[in-house]
Amino acid sequence: MASLRDIEDRITSTKKTRQITKAMEMVSASKLNRAEENAKSYSAYSNKIQEIISNIANTDTDVSHPMLERREVKRTGYILITADSGLAGGYNSNAIKKLHDTIEERHTSRDEFTVIGIGRMGVDYCKKNDISLSEQIIGVDDQPKYADIKGIASRAVQLYIDEEIDELIIIFNHFVSVISQEIHVNKLIPLSDIDEAESTSTYEYEPGEGAILNALLPQYAESLIYGALLDAKASEHAARMTAMKSATDNAGDLIDDLTLSFNRARQAAITQEITEIVGGAAALE
Amino acid sequence: MKTLTVSVVTPDGEVLVDDYNMVSCKAENGELGILPNHIPLVAPLTIDAVRLKRDNGEDIVAVSGGFLEVRPDKVSILARSAEKAIDIDVERAEQARKRAEELLKSKDAKVDEARARMALNRAMNRLNVANR
Repeated sequence: MASLRDIEDRITSTKKTRQITKAMEMVSASKLNRAEENAKSYSAYSNKIQEIISNIANTDTDVSHPMLERREVKRTGYILITADSGLAGGYNSNAIKKLHDTIEERHTSRDEFTVIGIGRMGVDYCKKNDISLSEQIIGVDDQPKYADIKGIASRAVQLYIDEEIDELIIIFNHFVSVISQEIHVNKLIPLSDIDEAESTSTYEYEPGEGAILNALLPQYAESLIYGALLDAKASEHAARMTAMKSATDNAGDLIDDLTLSFNRARQAAITQEITEIVGGAAALE
Repeated sequence: MKTLTVSVVTPDGEVLVDDYNMVSCKAENGELGILPNHIPLVAPLTIDAVRLKRDNGEDIVAVSGGFLEVRPDKVSILARSAEKAIDIDVERAEQARKRAEELLKSKDAKVDEARARMALNRAMNRLNVANR
């Protein structure tokens, strides 16, 4: 049995750990709040763009654009969004596992795909496993601004326009609720599921539908990447919060157990002392 | 006098929402002036200043490309980035301008000239708006 002193040390250190995880939980909770607000202000922008695109798509004229048309897929680009650090439960490993499984399932050769990594965990995974990384970004802010990822988003879209890749797929954690995040695998380009939204008004297009699409679609695709990043950030904070909460709870349980064995050990020591005294006194009689 | 509700929206949220009498901006085809009751219109914008006019003055927004969507009583501008004159970080724009000019001067084959030119345009636009 561990000595009283040992148990006491463990209790103190576990209490300190619990303080830290508790603090981390609260930090993530406040970050989560802000992340949800960011997502809200972003949705005003994306809804508007979506509305215009579906309006154009619904006009009678034949609109065609390379970004709307499926072509034979020779090379796929994957955007993988992970966090820069661990301590977020299954957040990173789920996304990485999904990428791994998708690649196993769809590709036979390493030339058939490339990865655009956002976040250190994903980038490190690709480097370790010799997966080609065409773009990477590490150290994205907890409350990312569009300017932070504008470069990588537009380069990813450019890869498609230059026909370096024939489809662009994004893998990220979608925020469902604080305790649940789902891995989503979404095809960004070619843009396929443009909703047949209610056409509220018909527009004049200046100079023409084609020119509008040329400028609008890349902007739309880039904004989708940003939207996914915001969603993933919200999930990251939620995952981190849940992970830290369960760490705090576990530390609490551990402290209870340790306190129990501490009391037991103390009781045993007292009993032993009494026995010794009684035994000593008996020997004197 | 009739007014238009103008909103300037970027991925980071709304930059400005207010009522104005007239919007004047530069589309890819040339200058556009929009008054209330304009027909619905969509047009791509160039990197330039958007001037919003009302009785007691005028607001200027630096817009880095994007779109203009017009409805009879509403104008929405969707841009990758947009700033009101007072929100512009002049120092940062100045640095961006220097950087872009150096890139353009360097004649390095690796430099993406179109990209550098765009960066220069954005920086110049911000500086113009800020100094007005």
